Amino acid sequence: MNTLPFEALYILVLAGFLGFEVIRKVPPLLHTPLMSTTNAISGISLVGSLVAAGSGQSTASTVLGTLAVTAATINVVGGFLITDRMLKMFRRKERKPQ
Amino acid sequence: MNNVLLAAAYLASAILFVLGLKALNSPQTARRGILLAEIGMLLAVVGTLLRSEIIQYQWILIGLVVGSIIGTLMAMFMPMTAMPQRIAISHSFGAIAATLVGIVEYYEHRNGLTIDHGTMAALGFEVLFGSITITGSLMAFGKLQELVKSAPVIYRFQNVSNIALFVVMVGVFVFLIVRPDTAFLFYGMIATGLLLGVLIVLPIGGADMPVVLALLNSYAGLASAATGLVISNNVLLIAGALDGTSGFFLSMMMSQAMNRSFTNVLFGAVGAVKQGAQVEVEARTVTRYTPEDAAYILESAQSVIIIPGYGMAVAQAQHAVQELAALLMERGATVRYAIHPVAGRMPGHMNVLLAEANVPYDLLCEPEQINDDFQSTDVALVIGANDVVNPAARYKKESPLYGMPILNADQAQTVMILKRSLSPGFAGEDNDLFYEKKTMMIFGDAKATLTNLNQLFKKTAPAQASQAATLEVIHL
Repeated sequence: MNTLPFEALYILVLAGFLGFEVIRKVPPLLHTPLMSTTNAISGISLVGSLVAAGSGQSTASTVLGTLAVTAATINVVGGFLITDRMLKMFRRKERKPQ
Repeated sequence: MNNVLLAAAYLASAILFVLGLKALNSPQTARRGILLAEIGMLLAVVGTLLRSEIIQYQWILIGLVVGSIIGTLMAMFMPMTAMPQRIAISHSFGAIAATLVGIVEYYEHRNGLTIDHGTMAALGFEVLFGSITITGSLMAFGKLQELVKSAPVIYRFQNVSNIALFVVMVGVFVFLIVRPDTAFLFYGMIATGLLLGVLIVLPIGGADMPVVLALLNSYAGLASAATGLVISNNVLLIAGALDGTSGFFLSMMMSQAMNRSFTNVLFGAVGAVKQGAQVEVEARTVTRYTPEDAAYILESAQSVIIIPGYGMAVAQAQHAVQELAALLMERGATVRYAIHPVAGRMPGHMNVLLAEANVPYDLLCEPEQINDDFQSTDVALVIGANDVVNPAARYKKESPLYGMPILNADQAQTVMILKRSLSPGFAGEDNDLFYEKKTMMIFGDAKATLTNLNQLFKKTAPAQASQAATLEVIHL
């Protein structure tokens, strides 16, 4: 890669705009679950961590990669589980027994 | 794994992430959305594991197992009141992963010798956002968990020295792009980022935490996106960008809700010791009421709006609040909750706590939905909130609160304020509402007061109650 990665920048910027439009519609009611979801999704750096830990590079890299896998996995697993736990609590009013 | 299949798996997971976030626009579809995002993540991870460059699995397995155990335990046993801390610390984990991947990438390219300028730029962003987020989030965690003093820490030349450090860091970054093989500068830049993360969060006080948490959320996402640039992986790029904009959007919302700019939140250090003498120190009196007085008024109230704040979270009073609301509704009163966006320590904090206490979410109202209804409301019950109901925001030009959209609690017939003491709110602005004639101040721990109230209500026989309900609200 000898030039600036313009194609990648296109994707980055467009994904950013898309994200903004999608997230704008999330009501304040769900802002905490939104934060913990994006938190879990940012655990996607797991993909990079897996390569770092498993592609047979130097010992130092493997160790750092393993730590990265651990940290990212905490986010992915923990983030999704706690979001679901939170969302389970949100319920509507039961109809009044009148 | 076949490259086409892998690319397809990544594409599918990117689509699933977007759809998952989209489903969060309503509580009914939100859980389905999480499932979609989970499937997306699974696809991306499995696809990656089958890639040809991955040749050893034992280390990966250790990381996955240890991470899953820690993540599961945290998710299962973390109380809802500790949610802001959990969010803070998990930003740190995400950033650690991104930064470590960046370091490995640099190290494996013979400490920068074989890195071109473009990749170095992306790598620089990755470790910069990463390192600032690691320590910034740890500081935020420390403050929220009260391991560190949560009040702003201010010293002389603070902003000047922080900005100087930042400028130095940017200078180093630019130099690295030109000369990627200056290894000591690369590691030095990470160290500087780690230091800067601590210094940036030091002067930020508790009530500004929602903005900071959202901003760190954004940084963690941007670090992931930069990782995607470095290793040319589009799913990382897209997921990181989604996360980055989400955090940015939330911090914008929070700043707006306080009528303050980003720079003001980050560099303003509101709530620090005020310079200059107090202008007016006229003696004013508040009237102290007991829970019995409150019960007397509430008994005849037809409509009640509850305004929760951080004090409710601290006292863990959400269940007692819900019980009181249920008792009032049994008597035929309408009870709703007015939730200010910056109430609490993170975006949506109050909603989560009340949902935990079984409050149905259709009773939780945003300021725009409910602000006009205060005029026709018998009782506004303020529980551990202060700045968000301070009328100074409307008229006191010199106040730090001036211009902030507030809840119109002062327009209700009677205002009840449950508070531990008369101390001013986070912004350091005395609250005129406390001194108004129609305001009933009930001092003490919010949970104790509410429990007391609930017991008073349970003692009253229903027959007496229905008689009381016909009485008019009495103004004191």
